[in-house]
Amino acid sequence: MSHVARGRGRAGFIAGFLVLPLALYLTFVIWPYIQTFGYSFTNWSGQSPTFDFVGWENYAALMEDEVFRGALWHNLLLLVFVPATTILLALFFAFMVNAGGRSGAGGVRGVRGSSFYKIVYFFPQVLSLAILAVLFGAVYRSDEGGLLNGLLIRLGLVDAGRPVEWLNDPDLVLWCLLLVVVWHGVGFYLVLFSAAMQSVPKDVYEAALLDGAGRAQTFFRVTLPLLWDSVQTSAVYLGIAAMDMFVLVSTMTSGQFGGGPDHHSEVMATVLMRNFLYFGKSGYACAMGVVMLVLTMVLSVVVLRATRRDRIEF
Amino acid sequence: MTTVIKAPGESSAQRAGGGRPAAPSAGRSDGAVLNVFSHGFLAVWAVLIVLPLVWLALGSFKTDSEIGGSALSRPTNWNLDAFARAWDKGIGDYFAHTLIVMSFSVPLTMLLGSMAAYVLARYPFPGNRVVYFFFVSGAMFPVFLALVPLFFMVKRLDMLNTYQGLILVYVAYSMPFTVFFMHSFFRTLPTAVHEAAVLDGASDTRIFFQVMLPMAKPGLISVGIFNVLGQWNQYILPSVLMQPQSGSDPERYMLTQGLIQLQYQMGYETDLPVLFAGVTLAMVPMLVVYLSFQRQIQAGLTSGTLK
Repeated sequence: MSHVARGRGRAGFIAGFLVLPLALYLTFVIWPYIQTFGYSFTNWSGQSPTFDFVGWENYAALMEDEVFRGALWHNLLLLVFVPATTILLALFFAFMVNAGGRSGAGGVRGVRGSSFYKIVYFFPQVLSLAILAVLFGAVYRSDEGGLLNGLLIRLGLVDAGRPVEWLNDPDLVLWCLLLVVVWHGVGFYLVLFSAAMQSVPKDVYEAALLDGAGRAQTFFRVTLPLLWDSVQTSAVYLGIAAMDMFVLVSTMTSGQFGGGPDHHSEVMATVLMRNFLYFGKSGYACAMGVVMLVLTMVLSVVVLRATRRDRIEF
Repeated sequence: MTTVIKAPGESSAQRAGGGRPAAPSAGRSDGAVLNVFSHGFLAVWAVLIVLPLVWLALGSFKTDSEIGGSALSRPTNWNLDAFARAWDKGIGDYFAHTLIVMSFSVPLTMLLGSMAAYVLARYPFPGNRVVYFFFVSGAMFPVFLALVPLFFMVKRLDMLNTYQGLILVYVAYSMPFTVFFMHSFFRTLPTAVHEAAVLDGASDTRIFFQVMLPMAKPGLISVGIFNVLGQWNQYILPSVLMQPQSGSDPERYMLTQGLIQLQYQMGYETDLPVLFAGVTLAMVPMLVVYLSFQRQIQAGLTSGTLK
């Protein structure tokens, strides 16, 4: 009897603890995600309550949309260069911080001041993207007042009469944005890789040292293989970040929701927002959302598959 | 005792290393060059991080023409005028709005997230895995995918440009990470304590609030910091959901939104010191939080993502 009552009480308890979190999550996260798929097959403007089912029309239009195709291409470029640059730099710094200072005693340890570097490098991670946007907007100013131009002019590398138009130059704008993302991300991944390196037992390194491995060899033959899991995860995270880019592009570049000059920094997220909030093409914007989701999924699977290796246990 | 034994061992190892024929001098200098080399790179990156931030903060003390002139000019007036003007231009209000929202959204996120994570971690029931996966999968998708329907959902609930609307949305979008993190934390807590509490006749609810939640404090602190950072820095959600809906609707911009607003405004009015002062004001609390919790943040980050 009491057992039964207990069992029922427990079910009530479980339900009671789950109902509110689940309700909120379903209402504001899952249901909108699902709705996006439905709306992407309509010509809904967002203003009117009525809309028609148009089948694959939005998706067909997307393929024809020059601006969207350009944005897609930019996202793909970022998808390659953001993870590659960030991970390489973070790995390099993590290795230096954790194993760079090899002393005469033969042990493996970090360079002096490694904890200081870890703290400073992580700084940008706690700043909001809005702060980054304003900060780098000032750094990239196209006159002598910008930090970059100012320094280059002082060094005599740039003519004061013709400073570099960082964010207005069609060939430079995307790379300028890329640098901001890398600047922001390296510290996070340094800390991540550091933790992974520290969990590698010291005797693995000592064995490598006894066998006469140099720094480069230690890194490529010992550290990197043991870190492969974290590198993989990082590539997926960074890929997702490279798919987004909305805040930086929309606030740092010219145009309604950014994307300028002449769509040279356009990413899918900015095209989506412009179509949704400015052109009032909600159904069309939803189709873009679906394309972004599919690409994110494909990206994750491809990265995980392509970089699959035998897991090394230690 | 142990130190006595250790010390000679270490020094002999050093001697052995140094006494090796042929190699030592070459090896040493090679190592020294590499050390200078690696230190150089590390130092350069540290400068690249700090320099723009310091430069921006100094900009708050310049005049507008000094900012437009040479980037390397030194500020001439060391007064806090620009900070006061930035505060008047709304930075103070943006701070207040953000604090209002977060004083509800962070505790609510922690409470609801822990409740769900606790039940999912410690009570096997049919569908447990499905619900857990459901919660956690939300972290995978780009927010943009949900943005259009989310806007209309909040509109239908008549909660556009309201604090309560944004609070609920923040809580919902913080759920995947919070549940994921707390789930792994609750799993590590010993079952013996739970059993003892049951024997003492405590109800499930009581056990959660009086035994489990206090025991999970380290985990709660880590997740709490991440939620604070995440919600404080959120830009996309407020910029879609927190826009005045009519002429009489007051603006309730969040800090990040307000900064971008300030950037446009100050661009027209050409009062850049105000913008720089505003960004500095927004930056300082986060740096203080970071420096004081830096250990927990780095520890939490690695335990949360390396599983």
